[in-house]
Amino acid sequence: MPASSSASPVLAVEHLCKSFNALRAVDDVTFQVGPGEILGLVGPNGAGKTTTINMILGVLEPTAGRIEIEGVDLEADRSRALARTNFAAVYAPLPGNLTVEQNLRVFGMVYTVDELSSRIEELLKTYDLTRYRATKAGLLSSGEQTRLGLAKAMLNRPRLLLLDEPTASIDPSSARDIRAGIAAFVDNGHCGVLWTSHNMFEVQAVCDRVLFLSHGKIVLEGDPKTLPEAHGAANLDDLFVAVAHEALQEGRTR
Amino acid sequence: MNLTRVAAIVLRQFFLMRGSPARVFPLFAWVAIDIVLWGFITRYLNSIAHAGFDFIPALLGAVLLWDFLTRVMQGVTLAFFEDVWSRNFLNFFATPLRISEYLAGLVVTSIATSLLGLLVMLALAEIAFGLSFFAYGIAIAPFVFVLFLSGIALGVFGSALVLRLGPASEWLIWPIPTFVSPFAGVFYPVSVLPLWMQAVSKILPPSYVFEGMRAVVSGEPPPWGALVIGAVLAAIYLALACATFAGVYRHAIRTGLIARYSAETVS
Repeated sequence: MPASSSASPVLAVEHLCKSFNALRAVDDVTFQVGPGEILGLVGPNGAGKTTTINMILGVLEPTAGRIEIEGVDLEADRSRALARTNFAAVYAPLPGNLTVEQNLRVFGMVYTVDELSSRIEELLKTYDLTRYRATKAGLLSSGEQTRLGLAKAMLNRPRLLLLDEPTASIDPSSARDIRAGIAAFVDNGHCGVLWTSHNMFEVQAVCDRVLFLSHGKIVLEGDPKTLPEAHGAANLDDLFVAVAHEALQEGRTR
Repeated sequence: MNLTRVAAIVLRQFFLMRGSPARVFPLFAWVAIDIVLWGFITRYLNSIAHAGFDFIPALLGAVLLWDFLTRVMQGVTLAFFEDVWSRNFLNFFATPLRISEYLAGLVVTSIATSLLGLLVMLALAEIAFGLSFFAYGIAIAPFVFVLFLSGIALGVFGSALVLRLGPASEWLIWPIPTFVSPFAGVFYPVSVLPLWMQAVSKILPPSYVFEGMRAVVSGEPPPWGALVIGAVLAAIYLALACATFAGVYRHAIRTGLIARYSAETVS
């Protein structure tokens, strides 16, 4: 649960917009992630989730708006802002031609992690990768690659963690362990997480708050445990389907 | 500039080479073949030409220096292509890594790989054909330095092109030294070229190096003034190449190209 709503946010997004020619991919999005909070970002395909994450990661320039990570303006001081951040995404596998340990070492140096060797050992153990340390990442199963991505994401003990479908390709048992691990990491109030997923069970189980994105806009926001009932849905999955259908109808009438 | 991050880029290349003989072999194999081939050609030319002119320093020396420039350029572009081929841009550029640190890492990698190639070429040229660059002493250093700057500039510019145009444009990059060589007067004096080609030569730093080298092997003093012009031109091109890369990178950030970089998505 969030450590304190009055604490300074680890992520502050204000009036964020991104247009690709005539397409408004993200449209005036404003939200914050507090320390110790896991914020779910959900929505149908094309809703603008990954575009939003790419802007927070500094690999996509917003058309308008402002992003601050722990009070550091991303546009003004990109390197310092991103040093407090890390991410894992299924569409960004680590280089397959480096071994597990080599990947962690290279990215540990990029994030200038102190006592890197011991941090790598710790993460290999946490993510059950010790036996694969000398295996090239490209030879790992998709689940093992996901665990490696998460280990990389934890290297610098980020204050803001961006997870795009972090448990995709992982079996339910491992996914549960990983969710528990991330929740424990966040529980110390040190880190805030922005979590995207299409797995509503996972969002409900893990997230303190959820934002529904549709056509680049936030259309719903609230506690994933109470939000379905408040909108007359049986569960978060049904609510998601209802929102997605509305978005589809709206898209057709545009 | 954070040196640990620069070292990370270099270390990545070291890891790749350590685990892959296919990456190490070309560092010295092709240059060695060039030296052997041109070594025998020059030996043959010496045997049929009039006494008094030694083709070995004139031709073999030119091959050696031109191969060095090519190796420097390829050192940068190959290190860059490793990130293209493994689609690693999102992983690197969504980190605190600055573009200057990334480029510095590519350049340091190129220094290491091209020096390895240069040492092999120097050793082979001396042992097999009696061409000793060490005989020229420290005077050779400015020539190598200008070629080094030129190779880095070509490598950074080539990488910028591939970042802008996509991986499919890779084939545009490899022939760049071949396009430059006729104008650079690698094997002949620039004065034999038509006037329009001579005009192009004047803006190419390697042409000052090869003209200078020919003067030195003919027993004349090194043309320091011309070398300074070559060095200044090379520094300008390097600055322009880095600015081009930074401009292309900013374009890629504005359009989202970095996050979805592939042959199909580049436009």
